[in-house]
Amino acid sequence: MTATAEPEIGKARLRKEDARLITGQTTWTDNLQLHGMLHMAVLRSPVAHARITGIDVSRATSMPGVAVVLTGEDFAAEQGSLPCAWPITEDMKSPPAPAMAVAQVNFAGEAVALVIADSAYHAADALEAIDIDYDELPVVLDMEEALRDNDLVHPDLGTNKCATWIFDSAEAGVGTNVEDEIASAEVVIERTFKQQRLIPAFMEPRSVVVDTTAGMFTVWSATQIPHILRWMLSAVTGISEHKLRVIAPDVGGGFGGKLQVTPEELLCLLVARRMGRPVKWTESRTESMLSAHHGRDQVQKITLSARRDGTVTGLKVELLADMGAYLRLVTPGVPILGAFMFNSIYKFAAYRFVCTNVFTNKVPTDAYRGAGRPEATFAIERMMDELAVELGVEPMKIREMNWIRHEEFPFDTVAGLTYDSGNYEAATARAMELFGYEEMREEQARRRSSGDVVQLGIGISTYTEMCGLAPSRVLGALRYAAGGWETASIRMLPTGKVEVITGTSPHGQGHETVWSQIVADKLGVPFDDVEVLHGDTATSHKGMDSYGSRSLAVGGTALVYAADKVLAKARTLAAHMMECDEVDVEFASGSFSVRGTSTVRSLGDVVLAAHVAHDLPEGMEPGMDADATFDPDNFSFPHGTHLCATEVDTETGMVRISRYVAVDDVGTVMNPLIVDGQVHGGLAQGIAQALYEEATHDEMGTLTSATLADYLVPCAADLPAFLTDRTTTPATSNPLGAKGVGEAGTIASTPAVVNSVLDALRHLGVRDIEMPMSPERVWTALQGRPDPGSGDVTAGGLGSIDAQGGQS
Amino acid sequence: MHISVNVDGVTYADEVEPRLLLVHYLRERLSKTGTVVGCDTGNCGACTVHLDGHSVKSCQMLAVQANGHEVTTIEGLARDGKLHPVQEAFHSNHALQCGFCTPGMIMQAIDLLADESDPDDETVRKGLEGNLCRCTGYQNIVRAVQDAAQRMKPGAGPKQEQHSDEHISSKQPVGGE
Repeated sequence: MTATAEPEIGKARLRKEDARLITGQTTWTDNLQLHGMLHMAVLRSPVAHARITGIDVSRATSMPGVAVVLTGEDFAAEQGSLPCAWPITEDMKSPPAPAMAVAQVNFAGEAVALVIADSAYHAADALEAIDIDYDELPVVLDMEEALRDNDLVHPDLGTNKCATWIFDSAEAGVGTNVEDEIASAEVVIERTFKQQRLIPAFMEPRSVVVDTTAGMFTVWSATQIPHILRWMLSAVTGISEHKLRVIAPDVGGGFGGKLQVTPEELLCLLVARRMGRPVKWTESRTESMLSAHHGRDQVQKITLSARRDGTVTGLKVELLADMGAYLRLVTPGVPILGAFMFNSIYKFAAYRFVCTNVFTNKVPTDAYRGAGRPEATFAIERMMDELAVELGVEPMKIREMNWIRHEEFPFDTVAGLTYDSGNYEAATARAMELFGYEEMREEQARRRSSGDVVQLGIGISTYTEMCGLAPSRVLGALRYAAGGWETASIRMLPTGKVEVITGTSPHGQGHETVWSQIVADKLGVPFDDVEVLHGDTATSHKGMDSYGSRSLAVGGTALVYAADKVLAKARTLAAHMMECDEVDVEFASGSFSVRGTSTVRSLGDVVLAAHVAHDLPEGMEPGMDADATFDPDNFSFPHGTHLCATEVDTETGMVRISRYVAVDDVGTVMNPLIVDGQVHGGLAQGIAQALYEEATHDEMGTLTSATLADYLVPCAADLPAFLTDRTTTPATSNPLGAKGVGEAGTIASTPAVVNSVLDALRHLGVRDIEMPMSPERVWTALQGRPDPGSGDVTAGGLGSIDAQGGQS
Repeated sequence: MHISVNVDGVTYADEVEPRLLLVHYLRERLSKTGTVVGCDTGNCGACTVHLDGHSVKSCQMLAVQANGHEVTTIEGLARDGKLHPVQEAFHSNHALQCGFCTPGMIMQAIDLLADESDPDDETVRKGLEGNLCRCTGYQNIVRAVQDAAQRMKPGAGPKQEQHSDEHISSKQPVGGE
């Protein structure tokens, strides 16, 4: 219970992390300079699919400063295969995934050679002197074409089909048969949506430094997952895990993009071992775009059945998911994270999900903010609008008719999950009020009737998602190779200061601040007396790291339980010190007292007594430290209602978001400042998918959006001001009541924007526009022409020039 | 080539390769690692510093072009242990998350405020167009810049960050956008 006069939990604390970040006193991996350090540069394949027929490194080897040039042959015996931790089916096809191509390249951007030199400039110079002959193979880019197996990405597999994963509500015994529902339905709507390929585009390019001194391998990496990385690097290289230390220092964003065991991390380690000297690799932005994993990239065929009165009955989802050329850490599982979310907040009787994972000659896909759930939310929210249009019903009304009412929680869904808590009515009512929903509809009607050049659209997204990854036994049942628990330790120092060790690995989220708030609240110590240690396997020896909006709901809960253990032991000792019965000891504001007396011992007094251990109760160990590990028994389910107004210029196709309201229920909030920040950033990325971003390739498989000039990460002028608010129904799956907020904004916002633009233009005959809804696409749709294309063939920008990824 | 550059109040004399980028000179030679590199095309603005009080993208400039000039980085903003009002405003308004874009964003914001002492929302957004942030959605950055404008009234802040119209009209093209 709250132990301070003014609760820390819920307070808009300014962040501890900021002091170093606003003054430049940072520890980014690329800042490291070690004595005798070598620099690694990576030559990348300019072609998407080819056999390597010859490599000549002689010119490069003799260039100034070059220590050695290494090719796939040099690593073939030791590099093994990069790990995929999520074999979603027993018969999943899984090709070997070498960190460096040996005989064949399978995507443009794949590593084909390394230069190790005394400076990054010399290493980059020598890259250009390496000659490689390629014998080009047919390029497989389109998923439907890939499934015909005419040309194979990996001939040894005999097919481009990686796996098929099925969930069926009738087979699972949690719903009826979807084909029966469709056959007997009064209304059936079938649509196909494309989830374009996105690039996470974290601001800090990836960087790795490996040091081999002191009889250890110390790996610094700009990673979200130092603990998993240590485990996996050990498994791949055979280096004993206890001889590997991984440090994630300041990490500049991740969004899932740094949830990876990368080729470059492995190669840097192997090179350092080979050379016996420290080695650094830092990527250029173009390298990052060409080789760090991408996200999304699905084709979604959705069939929804309903009654004429608007009641939904069945939902059938048939997905094609592009794996790219290899299976990275959780590549095949990303669409499966969406499998349980297509039904969303609605009460379908039947549900069937079939996902076919496909190999192509593109950069591997993997987690990107939301990972599977934005795709699901987009599809269902688009379909609810399609149903509303079909039946001529107001789109909010159709949602309201079908959603789970607040008194129905906990609710067992047709996808087999149990939603613990929520109140969709409350969030929606608040959002509509903030938005001025009725007035907006009136304004929309005025513009329609006057034939205004700038039409107004109103888009709705009433979303939920599953996060707080996750119950280990559920992950196991889904064939994920790791658990979903999290751990925390509290070290009570003799002066009363507190060190917290967490297994989560923040990279912008503000854990140092919020974890301090939680401990200050639980133990009644000052906020500034708490130091949070993370991201170094030598201090934080175990953890499952940060992704899937899990850190607070799982890692924060572990911290609460560790604090409970500290207090339980301190209470026993305090009773001993105050010579009273333990049941008479009260704890408030950091002090123990004997009920009904003035006898008091501060927590600090008790901690010191435990530390010196001069007079402890019989059998009590000295010290007051505690560890706790928490494995939740359910996911958590944030939800909310997002409303987006867009003004669409019917002459130019330009879309401007004129109002955006997000009302989210993320459970109990620890720090509203940080929660708002997470929502803002999430919205920006979801809106960017709707309007701006797309990874495009030419017909040869070259990424034509390989710079920030071509891949349109929005700037300040591209985004509106957001109006955010919250409703709260605490999660019941953890004592904090926290649900998670990292991904909610991204998951919710994309369909809100797309529904809004379509709502503006439907009366002009526009039925659908592919994302990103560029002015060109919107304008073309308004001319009544077919979509100009999926963007697979686009004129190259800056990125098409330098497919090698060098510093041009 | 020999260059002499004043960085954050200290004059350095160095031999550099003509091709050495200013940002690499700052980071690798002077260990001014507060300034970072986020891209290779001048789009992200993470490397923004001030050259004689004006913002430039230090990845789009050669070190030799800074010869004889004064460079201010994020590390040179605080005076006598006191943060620059823009740094304070970024902290107070939660205008950063991972913080990687923050040095460049702060340097650009100061440049913006030197030209616009009381900018509205749109002016701030347009003024920061050349600086990308992937975390914040910009909402709190805009708020911070406007808050900083109020904190700096009637024109507080280190003197070299203020520049008159004469300075602007005599501004030489020095790389960046």
